Amino acid sequence: MREKILTFIEKNSRIDLNELAIMLGVEEAAVVNELEKMEKERIICGYHTLIDWDKAGIEKVTAMIEVRVTPQRGMGFDKIAERIYNYPEVNSVYLISGGFDLMVTLEGRTLREVSQFVTDKLSTLDQVLSTKTNFILKKYKDHGTIMAVPSKDERIMMI
Amino acid sequence: MRDPLSKTIVNIQPSGIRKFFDIVSEMEDAISLGVGEPDFDTPWHIRDEGIYSLEKGRTFYTSNAGLKELKVEIAKFLKRRYELEYDFNKEILVTIGGSEAIDIALRAMLDPGDEVLIPQPSYVSYVPCAILANGTPVIIELKAENEFRLTAEELEAAITPKTKILVLPFPNNPTGAVMERKDLEAIAEVVIKHDLFVLSDEIYSELTYVEDTKHVSIASLPGMKERTIVINGFSKSHAMTGWRLGYACGPEVIIKQMLKIHQFAIMCAPTTSQYAAVEAMRNGDEDVAAMREEYNGRRRFLMHRFKEMGLECFEPFGAFYVFPCIKEFGMTSDEFATELLKAKKVAVVPGTAFGDSGEGFIRISYAYSLDNLKLAIGRIEEFITELREKRQ
Repeated sequence: MREKILTFIEKNSRIDLNELAIMLGVEEAAVVNELEKMEKERIICGYHTLIDWDKAGIEKVTAMIEVRVTPQRGMGFDKIAERIYNYPEVNSVYLISGGFDLMVTLEGRTLREVSQFVTDKLSTLDQVLSTKTNFILKKYKDHGTIMAVPSKDERIMMI
Repeated sequence: MRDPLSKTIVNIQPSGIRKFFDIVSEMEDAISLGVGEPDFDTPWHIRDEGIYSLEKGRTFYTSNAGLKELKVEIAKFLKRRYELEYDFNKEILVTIGGSEAIDIALRAMLDPGDEVLIPQPSYVSYVPCAILANGTPVIIELKAENEFRLTAEELEAAITPKTKILVLPFPNNPTGAVMERKDLEAIAEVVIKHDLFVLSDEIYSELTYVEDTKHVSIASLPGMKERTIVINGFSKSHAMTGWRLGYACGPEVIIKQMLKIHQFAIMCAPTTSQYAAVEAMRNGDEDVAAMREEYNGRRRFLMHRFKEMGLECFEPFGAFYVFPCIKEFGMTSDEFATELLKAKKVAVVPGTAFGDSGEGFIRISYAYSLDNLKLAIGRIEEFITELREKRQ
């Protein structure tokens, strides 16, 4: 049942729980119970809203920053990752295989704000060897959702 | 001038539902629950394979019976899903959708005067195709109290010395009914006793919703493979309606004659679609499972809402239709559908579009997003509440 609940709420976290229970053919209490457990176990880590800020007319700049770091003895990358993810400006931090170590995404109001964070805070960390900042120009798809307007139903009545 | 037309064709009644559909298409803000095809797009990896085949210039005819790779994959699919064993080389024919397969199977098997048993409510093409094949359609009226399954008694009662073929359209459009193994066993016994053949239209076979009623093909029962043509395709399972691709499987003697008609009338199924379908068969099981899960949720939601409204409906276990009963309102299916459209701008299909035995029922398709279904069902609820108030 967990997988089924997760599959449904991954697409729509605001789904009515009673409705979800009906669709899964189980009692509502069972769904509520399972959700609470998964929240406690941190399987479900949050319920967020996917916003097209462009459309809202609100300026936002997002950057994906490739960071090369020196891992610390006994800590690996965790310690330096923690130092970075604790900044509220930082949206996500991933440990990456390949040419660099951490992928940091950052959201700011202006280009300046983001670059300032990189130069003042990120690059100055002792373990950080180098950074490469990639600004996002356009989001086509985010969290599995295509940002463009969904296409119209073109099917015709046919039996 | 002489009459340019064939009497056989002229005498075939055009589908009466067309008029109703025209009204729907003119009404701009109508919510439709009327379509008979998936709301999902064909999964991208399948479309991508079609595009790739075009890029590579695979724009020629394939062999008449279809691409070898595709036939091999179809044989594997039928084995893993339904325990059916067909020789890809001699017993599988790739067609333009299931519809062509229905047509040419009947044409390959019927002589003038042969009777074809057609259970109804069912898809609209069996009767005209039987007539075009010089056969005589004989209708078996399925009953709501049997959950619209075909019973051995009903079958037995319809058989005459002229009966040759039984059309078996399950999982069923429009009722959503399925035939479980025990139901099929009873049918198979009668079929074998009377030396009949079965045209088993299993186009919705991948869309069944209860584990213990997982689709069973009648051809997998003992003694039935040699007297069954199985029809299936990609339209409903892989959301590939527009690709026009289906197939027929059966005994070599029949497939060989069907191939002859196919060869002269069609040449071969579309090449691009065939390459895309290879991908669908190889890597598409998960897509189908995901769509099935989604349909199942909607199906449960509709059944729940009908119960809340007190609208009588047996629980369908297949396809993507529900077939609620509207007899309590004292209207014909046609009147009900027309009034509902006029008053609430919701389009459903009157049961009579699928045969006289559909009278008193409407077909609701749940090949629509949940939001769409919620909105439409809300309006139907308003409509029937008003009808009930009026009738009191």
